[in-house]
Amino acid sequence: MAIAAGTFESLELQGVGRSFGGRSALEDLNLTVRAGEFIALLGPSGCGKSTALNCIAGLLPLTHGQILIDGIRVDTVAAEKRGFGMVFQNYALFPHLSVEKNIAFGLQMRGVPRAEVKRRVAEAIALVKLEEHATKLPGQLSGGQQQRVAIARAVVVEPRLVLMDEPLSNLDAKLRLEMRTEIRRLHQSLGLTTLYVTHDQEEALSMADRLVVLREGRVQQVGTPQELHNGPANWHVADFMGYRNLIDLEVTAVDGAAVTVSEKGFTLRGTAAQPVAVGDKVRVAIRPEDLVAVSQVVPVSAGNTTTATVSVVEYHGREFAVGVTTPTGRSLFVRSDHAPVVGSVIELTADPERVLVFQADLVDASKLSAQERELAEVRR
Amino acid sequence: MNASTIRGSKATTATASLSHRLAERGIDRSLLMLVPALIFILALFIYPFSYGIGLTFQPSAAIQKTWGAGALSNYVAFFKDSFTFDSVWLTMRLALPVAVFNVLASIPVAFKLRQRFRGKKLLTTLVVLPITLGTVLTAQGLLIFAGREGWLNRFLIQIGVVHQPIAFVNNYWGVLISLVISGFPFAFLLISAYLSGIDPSIEAAAKTMGANWSQRFRKVILPLLAPGLATTSILTFVLAFSVFPSARLVGDAMGSTRVMSLMAFRAFGEQNDYPMASTIAVMMGVVELVVVCLILAWRSSMFKGSTGGKG
Repeated sequence: MAIAAGTFESLELQGVGRSFGGRSALEDLNLTVRAGEFIALLGPSGCGKSTALNCIAGLLPLTHGQILIDGIRVDTVAAEKRGFGMVFQNYALFPHLSVEKNIAFGLQMRGVPRAEVKRRVAEAIALVKLEEHATKLPGQLSGGQQQRVAIARAVVVEPRLVLMDEPLSNLDAKLRLEMRTEIRRLHQSLGLTTLYVTHDQEEALSMADRLVVLREGRVQQVGTPQELHNGPANWHVADFMGYRNLIDLEVTAVDGAAVTVSEKGFTLRGTAAQPVAVGDKVRVAIRPEDLVAVSQVVPVSAGNTTTATVSVVEYHGREFAVGVTTPTGRSLFVRSDHAPVVGSVIELTADPERVLVFQADLVDASKLSAQERELAEVRR
Repeated sequence: MNASTIRGSKATTATASLSHRLAERGIDRSLLMLVPALIFILALFIYPFSYGIGLTFQPSAAIQKTWGAGALSNYVAFFKDSFTFDSVWLTMRLALPVAVFNVLASIPVAFKLRQRFRGKKLLTTLVVLPITLGTVLTAQGLLIFAGREGWLNRFLIQIGVVHQPIAFVNNYWGVLISLVISGFPFAFLLISAYLSGIDPSIEAAAKTMGANWSQRFRKVILPLLAPGLATTSILTFVLAFSVFPSARLVGDAMGSTRVMSLMAFRAFGEQNDYPMASTIAVMMGVVELVVVCLILAWRSSMFKGSTGGKG
């Protein structure tokens, strides 16, 4: 393959921050990206992930910190001289240029000789399988094809770093799965270093080597998909990693890491993911697939059991997704191998290992500065 | 189910309503509501317009005496009488530079005012405000401000820049300035609207691909803005070409700003020669049409599709 990634050893973000008119959108982002890595920035909308990407691309100036590539500062370099490729959420193709010319644009701007431009454009078009659409205008292509053009356009210049800003969010579900594989394939075959912004945890988990979870401009956790999937650092990360059941309960007993949590008529045993004490208000995170209805085939796990009333039953192929209501009126999502009758009371069980107990407060008060603590007091 | 299948099969009778079936044949009865408007256009535009064209082929006795008898005598007079024909050039000399200046000057201003900064609203208001002034008010203001005894000349003489008052008004420059004052806000508003229709991420994409600002402007913004520039040029040109009050008030009405509308008015008001006045008016339309066609021809060579923006 003639198209290859630009080479460098590591990209370092040191305390990168960005504020808009006094309101900070991104704070103290520290991250070291090794060449060839696929990093996903994950978070809900407004968490600062796109801000981070735009800062790295140079489309937004930093207000704090610096960005280094192999120890050389790049945050002071203009966007057009950084040599990064970027794929935008709305593709941002040039509507007046054909597919070929869109892809050739970056090469022409770099003053690459005409013959080489032609060769590399043809390669890039072949790479994203758009040969028969080469002379069409972007408006004549489907969403998925436009996204392919955008990707080809970003990688044809052999960038040191490819930045992708929610590139799949405008596509339908089937196409999204296809493109996910496609992007991963390109990343591996070209040896690209990719920073990928998304709000879709499934996308992030399946594609990335490492994930960075953001919330309100702050990094919540950095780790491999497995680390984040099995050991989220706080309930916010858990929420993002598919722990759909987030239940506010109170700690009634603590024995090492084993914790008993309850409220009126509802008690569970779980594992403390963060230090908690008896009497603490905590948030308990359980995946729907870990909270199951007891049946002949599914025994009670480690004596950990509670009851709830069935409110909704959905058929999901191999199993049933059941919505239940606890005695205190909380809605939970559970799985069942049989279809329980709506309105009946069923027994639920969960492996205490898979019931994660987090502090209800997201921010660790001891880490805050005096000023921030004061602000938090006022807000309360 | 469409109209042909309804007609084709005898077994099924159409159950759709009459208006639905008519609509499928391209007949929309609600268009009947346009009838009053059509009558209005016929009575107030088509009829007077055709009447005016008819008039041009009925030259007055005086014209026929000077320029020869015949239905085309008015047109012969228009082209052969240099006093009349020169007005085409005199009008063009005003309207073209004004249109070009207004459009070119609007581009950077519209670009700057697209960004977010403190005082943007105030600045936009100031730029657009002159649109609310009528041409007469502008002309009057110019006469008082920039006349021989005006504030501007007195100021220039007092600070010693000039010794004699500069003739800003009652000549070509007076009309030019007045046309810019009234035409610029118009061009600016149009171009801003077109510019806001260009998705900013397209420019950001060009930036990440290594294009500096002049490359971004030439290769991306300009081609996308071209249709807007064409439309704006046409409108500002037509606006300036039909200049009448300012040519009369701040210009040199019988000399350097003897524009076509003044000539038509002279034939109509002073010489009572309706046919000649109509001829000049028709020729004015023809000249405008030629320029408009040229601009449209340029435009059609550029990109015509959507600019992908949300604006």
